[in-house]
Amino acid sequence: MAQQLTAKEPTPEQIADQQIYKQMGVTDNEYELICGFLGRQPNYTEIGVFSVMWSEHCSYKNSKNVLRRFPTSGPKVLMGPGEGAGIVDIGDNQAVVFKIESHNHPSAIEPYQGAATGVGGIIRDIFSMGARPVALLNSLRFGRLQNERVRYLFEHVVSGIAGYGNCIGIPTVAGEVMFDESYEGNPLVNAMCVGLIDHDKIQRGVAKGVGNPVFYVGPATGRDGIHGATFASEELTEESEAKRPAVQVGDPFMEKLVMEACLELIDTGIVLGIQDMGAAGLTCSSAEMASKAGNGLELYLDEVPQREEGMTPYEMMLSESQERMLFVVEPKDEAQAREIFERWGIICAKVGKVTDDGRLRLFHQGEQVADMPVTALVDECPVYDKPSKEPAYYGENAKIDTAAYPEVKDLTGALKQVLASPTVASKEWVYNQYDYMVRTSTAVQPGSDAAVVTIHGTRKALAMTTDCNGRYVYLDPEVGGRIAVAEAARNIVCSGAEPLAITDNLNFGNPEKPEVFWQIEKSVDGMAEACRELDTPVIGGNVSLYNENAKGAIYPTPVVGMVGLVHDVDHITTQSFKSEGDRIILVGNTKAELGGSELQYVVHGVTEGRPPTLDLAGEKKLLDAVLGAIQKGYVASAHDLSEGGLAAALAESAISGKLGAQVNVQSDLRPDIALFSESQSRILLTAKPEQAETLNKWLAEQGVVSAEIGIVKGTELNIQVNGQPAVQAPVEQLEKVWKDAIPCLMN
Amino acid sequence: MKFAVIVFPGSNCDIDCYKAVEDTIGQKVDYVWHTATDLSDYDCILVPGGFSYGDYLRCGAIARFAPVMNEVRKAADAGKYVLGICNGFQILTEAGLLPGALLRNNGMKFRCHATELEVVSNNTAFTNQYALGESINIPIAHGEGNYYCDDATLAELKANNQIVFRYAAGANPNGSVEDIAGVSNKQGNVVGMMPHPERAVDQLLGSEDGKRMFTSILNAWREQHGAAINS
Repeated sequence: MAQQLTAKEPTPEQIADQQIYKQMGVTDNEYELICGFLGRQPNYTEIGVFSVMWSEHCSYKNSKNVLRRFPTSGPKVLMGPGEGAGIVDIGDNQAVVFKIESHNHPSAIEPYQGAATGVGGIIRDIFSMGARPVALLNSLRFGRLQNERVRYLFEHVVSGIAGYGNCIGIPTVAGEVMFDESYEGNPLVNAMCVGLIDHDKIQRGVAKGVGNPVFYVGPATGRDGIHGATFASEELTEESEAKRPAVQVGDPFMEKLVMEACLELIDTGIVLGIQDMGAAGLTCSSAEMASKAGNGLELYLDEVPQREEGMTPYEMMLSESQERMLFVVEPKDEAQAREIFERWGIICAKVGKVTDDGRLRLFHQGEQVADMPVTALVDECPVYDKPSKEPAYYGENAKIDTAAYPEVKDLTGALKQVLASPTVASKEWVYNQYDYMVRTSTAVQPGSDAAVVTIHGTRKALAMTTDCNGRYVYLDPEVGGRIAVAEAARNIVCSGAEPLAITDNLNFGNPEKPEVFWQIEKSVDGMAEACRELDTPVIGGNVSLYNENAKGAIYPTPVVGMVGLVHDVDHITTQSFKSEGDRIILVGNTKAELGGSELQYVVHGVTEGRPPTLDLAGEKKLLDAVLGAIQKGYVASAHDLSEGGLAAALAESAISGKLGAQVNVQSDLRPDIALFSESQSRILLTAKPEQAETLNKWLAEQGVVSAEIGIVKGTELNIQVNGQPAVQAPVEQLEKVWKDAIPCLMN
Repeated sequence: MKFAVIVFPGSNCDIDCYKAVEDTIGQKVDYVWHTATDLSDYDCILVPGGFSYGDYLRCGAIARFAPVMNEVRKAADAGKYVLGICNGFQILTEAGLLPGALLRNNGMKFRCHATELEVVSNNTAFTNQYALGESINIPIAHGEGNYYCDDATLAELKANNQIVFRYAAGANPNGSVEDIAGVSNKQGNVVGMMPHPERAVDQLLGSEDGKRMFTSILNAWREQHGAAINS
């Protein structure tokens, strides 16, 4: 029987002679190494298992050496990279667990399921640590909405995220969406999940205790998602459409049941190790669990629940059917575990055993069908240092003086253009499709700088955000990387929280291109530096390479997901203007920096020059000063200045507060530059009139530059520069422009 | 007073309902599994929101067959209070405990946001703490909340004062007939609504206008209870 099923598979000799391993993304050299580890030629199942374990997605072979540059530890870090998700202490025996992950390639081919299963996968990473998922975030990039295919992708990615998150009952509370030609054909879909856990409940994915049984829970294994990890590790081409079967199909209802059952199981304290089956399914989870314990594992594939008849070991090992978990308990606890899954109506099958020989052995229909050393699968994949080369555009951009652009005279018009740009425009069309309130903890809803989620039974709350401006990173990867971290921290601080740590999703093009590898290295350097300076270590993340389309690589987009701690819910602050008469204070320096700005993109039609500079020591000082002011109760509203600069920030605070403002900015810069420059380390604050002086004094004492630029007033946004009229428009009109932009393009 | 929060596979507002009862009126509350066959202990039954059985078929179409639904029907017949919220409302209409049906939103998209409601009837156990015609802020989160009933049913709803909530004029989010957001049965002891009052019990989260639904229920129960003792 076994022979019948696998009769059509190539023999070890054929795999070698016809170089079949190459179709699986394995190089000649890697194939030789595999033969060395096995002491023979691998059979079809074995080469399949190796190919996914050695894919970039699972092995990080092209990025590992670069990732080592990140700071990953700190006094509050309970678990850094390497497990399902990182964990940070938040006091009172509680901890926050979070991670971000990409599903770019599947979403490019099958947007609804690609995005949905991205959400499902990241949720499993969180609850497999023993944590209760409390919030979802995302970071999305698309081409321009004028393109029909882009609209289709955007529409269905959003539906997919909504479909999964809404059904499973975890609120989608924050995110970012940006649009640029660069992402046409290769959208980015990064999903992040945040969970809460008590210290004593923290789980690890280890196959502990020789002789202990290994259990499979969740739906049966089908033929979906085979080679998903390999597919994610190559460029998208016209043939990619044919790989639609590599995209999995999500079932959020099933995951809800698996999640509740697993959390109940973990609560009993009997679990020795638990891990989700994500990329590379059964292969990766079993190999990693064995590796982390220094053990081996035997899997009895006939016991694996199967959705289809006649599945081969190769198919079962490589399937990425969703919502499946693997766990280990002692034999005496087996009945207790089974009872829980039975009550939740979930399949629970004993599929293996922990062994002491350090090998992953697969049995099928009475025969051993694969026998591989666990360390070779998990740890011995060659690590590559790719050649790196500064791209020509970088040097050319140095010559561009963005301050010499013809002056934009109609500044009200320019503001409207910026507000109508889908990147800046209201994302209500997106987040109204997400249930962002379920679990009744969402204190700050989508649309502000960061979302805030309360922790029931405490005065504490968590602030969370995702950030990255790919244009800045493209123009200068090191500075852009720094900005991504700093802007996330600024968003966290503006919501009243202390930044804790980050998870990162490194979205780049093909690392085999030296110019792309240069972008990876430089941006990681910039991020690492910012993480050190701002005291926000990297506790986990994901790498997504080969994001290319016919026109080349996407903008380098290392997305930062940051979580902060609100020490008391009284500190929670939002961006909206609060009351008539409140004083408006601009903190930070404005320089002539239009490179990579939204004004440059929508008005001048280019992305060129150098991005804004960033002084990390200054940024740290600013963040500490503003957080201190918020905690002392001096601040009514706080808003980070980002895309669209001061003008857009004022408009957003006015629109969300339904209040106007009278502003007069003193500046040596040209008015268009003063209002639309995207200089970093700037925050817009308001304070009650009686507190303005205290606030200004506090900021000065902290050594931070600030200027009172206006007053919250009326129903019109009225901005002057050096006393000369610059922007004048009713807030309602600006709101309409800002809110209608995306719905108009989508209908 | 004792509350039951029914838990179907796929319910996801069960915890929120439980917390709302505890936080607003501090009464006893239990989670009751979909397989339960006895609800005689409970004075009020909350059928929470979520995606029961995944709602891959028509929403609530499978949940109505769960064993616990026989008990919910018995409780309703016995005059106990039954409140269905969102998916709970869909389930109660599928089970025939409330008139009408919930169709897909007219915009064909899931919608989540604050909504303004008008209290159309305060003559129910669930709304006695509101003023008639009062405008309250309670959020929605649903893909299938478009209330539909035929003309005869609509006439009957009006004649019996069974329309409990309407969306404010011009703010109908889903295409519901006559802006209907919540209805009761003829006896008034069973109410279903698409908006989520359990999400509006704390100003920190945006609104506390939902609180009075819970205090209304407790108030009604106390009156009934007191009346029973006095008679």
